[in-house]
Formats: sequence, C-alpha cells, structure tokens
Amino acid sequence: MSRAAVLEARSLKVHRGGVQVLDVPVLDLRAGEVLALMGPNGAGKSTLMLALAGLLPLSGGSLRFQGTELGARSEREAYRRRMTMVFQDPLLFDATVAQNIAAGLKLRGVPAAVREPAVQAWAERLGIGHLLARPARQLSGGEAQRTALARAFVLGPEILFLDEPFASLDAPAREGLLDDLGHILAETGSTAVISTHDQGEAARLAHRLAVMKEGTLLQIGGLREVMNHPQDPFVAAFVGMETLLKGQVTASGEGLLTLRLGKGLGGHEVLAIGEARPGQTVLVGVRPENVALSLQTDKTSSARNAFPGTVAKVLPRGPFFKVELDCGFFLAAYVTAQSLAELGLAPGGSIVASFKATAAHLIRREGLDGEV
Amino acid sequence: MDLIWEGLRKALELLLALDPEVLRITLLSLEVSGLATLISLVIGLGIAIPVALNEFPGKRLVIALLNTGMGLPPVVVGLFVTVLLWRNGPLGFLEILYTPSAMILAQAVIASPIIAGISLSALQHLPPGLRLQILALGASRPQMVWLLLKEARLPLLAAVMAGFGGVISEVGASIMVGGNIKGQTRVLTTATVMETSKGNFEVAFALSILLLVLAFTVNALLTHLQQRNRPR
Repeated sequence: MSRAAVLEARSLKVHRGGVQVLDVPVLDLRAGEVLALMGPNGAGKSTLMLALAGLLPLSGGSLRFQGTELGARSEREAYRRRMTMVFQDPLLFDATVAQNIAAGLKLRGVPAAVREPAVQAWAERLGIGHLLARPARQLSGGEAQRTALARAFVLGPEILFLDEPFASLDAPAREGLLDDLGHILAETGSTAVISTHDQGEAARLAHRLAVMKEGTLLQIGGLREVMNHPQDPFVAAFVGMETLLKGQVTASGEGLLTLRLGKGLGGHEVLAIGEARPGQTVLVGVRPENVALSLQTDKTSSARNAFPGTVAKVLPRGPFFKVELDCGFFLAAYVTAQSLAELGLAPGGSIVASFKATAAHLIRREGLDGEV
Repeated sequence: MDLIWEGLRKALELLLALDPEVLRITLLSLEVSGLATLISLVIGLGIAIPVALNEFPGKRLVIALLNTGMGLPPVVVGLFVTVLLWRNGPLGFLEILYTPSAMILAQAVIASPIIAGISLSALQHLPPGLRLQILALGASRPQMVWLLLKEARLPLLAAVMAGFGGVISEVGASIMVGGNIKGQTRVLTTATVMETSKGNFEVAFALSILLLVLAFTVNALLTHLQQRNRPR
C-alpha cells in the first residue's frame, strides 16, 4: 500500500463550545483504500469524518486533497463536489427514489438525458431498480439506505465517507447491504472511510483500521495488524481481543515466548509469539475465535496451550455463542450452536480450552519486574 | 334568531345581485391582504433563514421576539404605522396615509412575524443532519437553502396561510391607517364594522359571508398546493 495519498490531514483540531473534541496529528488516506474508524460513542469518529469531508470548521490544522491545500472557501466548495458522504440516517428528500438518487447530479447541472441512465444503473446495482417511482418516505430502512448509497455512488466520488451507514438497520437488511457494499467498493476501487461500532463490519470492508478514543487516534494500521496486535487493552477490547493475559517471561527465542501467569491466574505457562527478554512482564491477547474447546486434552493437536477449566457463562452472539471460561484465568471462546450442543456446554461444566502459540499475541511489554 | 335568518336571506340577495361596490370592496381586500402576505413572505423568510441556519449570541432572544411578534395586536400596529405616516411623522413624506399602500404596510407588519416565526420553526424541525447531507452532495450555499425550503414546503405553506388569515381578518390596523374611505380604502372587514354600527345587519352579513368565502378559497388553493404529490 504505497499508493499516493488522496487526502492528507495534518494537525486536525476541532473545538466545540471551547472544548477540544478532535486532535489528529497525521492521517493519510491512500487511493483505493477503505479505512475503518472504530471507537465508542463520543470518540470523535463522526467529527473526524466531517472534518475530513470539509464539512466542519477546523480550529487548526490543514487538509490537502490530491496535493492541493484546501484553504479558501472556493477550494472547499470544489472539494465538496468530488467527495460525498452517507450518514446513519439516510436523510432522503421528500421526493421519489429516482429524484433522490439524481439529487447530486442535478446540483451539478448534469442534463436529464445523462442523469437518468446513471440513476437507473446505480438503482439496479443496489437492488432498488423496481422502486424508482416510489416516494422515499414509503421505503423500509434498508431500501432507504440503499437509496442513499446509490445517491452517493452515482456521483463517482473520489472519496466516499460512510458514517455508521448500517447502525440503524435490522440484521437481515444489514447483512445484505454489507455484502453489496463490499462488492461495489471492490469493483469501483473506491477510496472510502467508514465508521462503525462493529468489528465484523470493519473486518469485511476495510483494508486499514483506526481506533479512536476521546478525539484522538489510538492506533492506525493494516486491518490484521490492528486486530491481532492491538497496542493497548482499550484497543484490544474494541477490536474483539477479549482475553488479555499478564505474565512474566521465563524463556524466549526465535520469536516465541514462554510466560508464566501470575499466581492469581493459576500460575499457568502460556506460549505466545513476540519478542521480549526473560524476566520482562508482558501482556498477551487471544482472540475468542482462535480458542478451541474439547472434552479432553487432544495429544495430536498442534495447539501448544491447553488448559482445563470450567464454563462460567454461555452468551448468544448472533450466529455463534461466546463461552466464558475459568481456567484459573479468564478465557473467552466462540463456538457454533452445533459445537455447543455436541460438547454439552453449560455453566459449571468441565472443558479443555486450547489455542496455538501463534494465536497469542504480545500486546505490551514493560521493563524488568515492571508493572504492565 | 329571526334577525339572523332575515339577515342571511337579504345577504344572499345582495350577493346574487353582484353589487359593484361590494365587488370592489372584495377585490381590494384580496389585493391588500394578498400583497401584504407576499411582502411578508419575503421578509419572513429573510429573517427565518439566517436565524435558522446560524448560531449567534442572542439567538434565543430573537426567536422569543419573533414569537411575541406573532401575536402583535393589529390596533397597536395601526397606531404605530399611523404615527409613522402622519404628515409630520418620519415617513410622512411618502404621503400614503389613508391609501391602500398604508394598509399593505400595516398588514405586512402584522403578517411578517407570523410567517417568520412559523418558517423558522419549520426550518428548525428539519433533520439536523440534512444541511450537512445537502452540502455533502455538492450543493452551494444558495442551492442548500433552496433544498431546505423545498423540504419544509408543507409547514412553509402553513406559514403563508396563517399570515394571510391574520391580515384578511384584521380590522383595527386597516381602519386606522386606511380610514375606511368609500371607493378607496374600504375593505370587507372595515365595511362590516361600519354596516354593523349603522344597524345594516343584512349588509354586514353579506360582507361577512364574502370574507369567509374569500378566506376559504385562498386557503383551499394553498392547501391544494400543499397536499399535491403527497401519498396517502
């Protein structure tokens, strides 16, 4: 990903009511990439997106689009015609679906003869071709958001900003639209920024992932990089790395670590990947989808870490279940409904949890005997 | 009760006879109040748009003043406009006191805050993100304002109806700045007051019916405009 930056933000600052709500020193958006912004409510995802879209007055910093500084109002207005944005609320006009999709083109003075085939084509691509004559206020939530997306894509935006576009949709509408959006983004090679609460959405759409907290970027990097190597417990929790284990390194070499968990965690030994010196206190994280459950220790498994434990909680998580285990330490695992039944998992039951050394990622290390 | 029925019967006779004086009074009413409403629409939107779209200190005070202005008593307006237009008054050089122009001016003062107040609330009730969405679709500022007005067209037409209803029915200001001069500034409301005080109840009834029919026709027209293209 060494492609040219389409948008370069430097020292972006936004104040609201005298309080600084955004402070992003550096953010580059590269051509053709999809960047996902994650973070809790109030972390500044929408503010960052509006700032990048030039829709919010900045209290400091600069934006460069295709190498040109966006300073004067005329440059910002020109920029607004080359990007577009879709919000959580579809914000459709009180008009037909066709008139809605055509709105941006009409604002640009595109003649009807050019407009209509483009509107038709994008409506069909988003599966709403049969709804063109329908008043927008009669649409379902999913249809409305599809209309909003068609209204955006028909403009051929050089950057597409998507501010939690699926947050108000029910699960079936959301799933279908996620698939379609994924395909369209890939086929058009769009440069896009999408904000979301959902790590699954980010994983399906994004190339890069940024995690925000209190108006700042905590971590930004490739999707796998951030998902597997969160730099601190906050990011770890946000990208779904539910199990964090703290221990002291007893041996290391060739990228492999052995650490002994504290006494309060049962004193188990865990194998993980990462570089650290013996004696250092480290934090490692394990994603729940990388933990396997079985009734007995499987001698043939390549999983180096196996721990007997008891089931503490079984929580439904959409298509699968999250099982929280007490192995002397907390461990979370995802299982399918079928596995749940086969293993007879229920609170209080005994089970063996295992994960590979490569599933346990070093998140943070501290100095000798230091506190993590 | 007899008085009412007798009045109504004679009123219908008068209406059917199409008295030229009655016709002139009716047309003047429509002209004065129609023009006043049109002027008030321009002034009202001129106030409502910037107030709705901008944040500034004292915004709440401005809104409170507008809302108070919606209940401006016509006689108070009549008094102030009369003093302004009086021969020695600050606008005396216009020499329009006791002309339809003065009545239009007074009625515009009454209807402007009504239209401004309702329009402001209409614009403020649009979804808060809509402005950003319109800008994100590439609209210039004038294009954005136009699309917002289009989105708020139903309550904006309600504002026009309220403004027109307010001035077509008022009598205090019209009689003070117009003078109810026969053939010049006599309108339906001022004529009704006069005929009633003279005891000509059947004429007053006829004028009242005309006033109601006029108000109904204009509002029916605006309602048609408001509700067309609306599903359900």
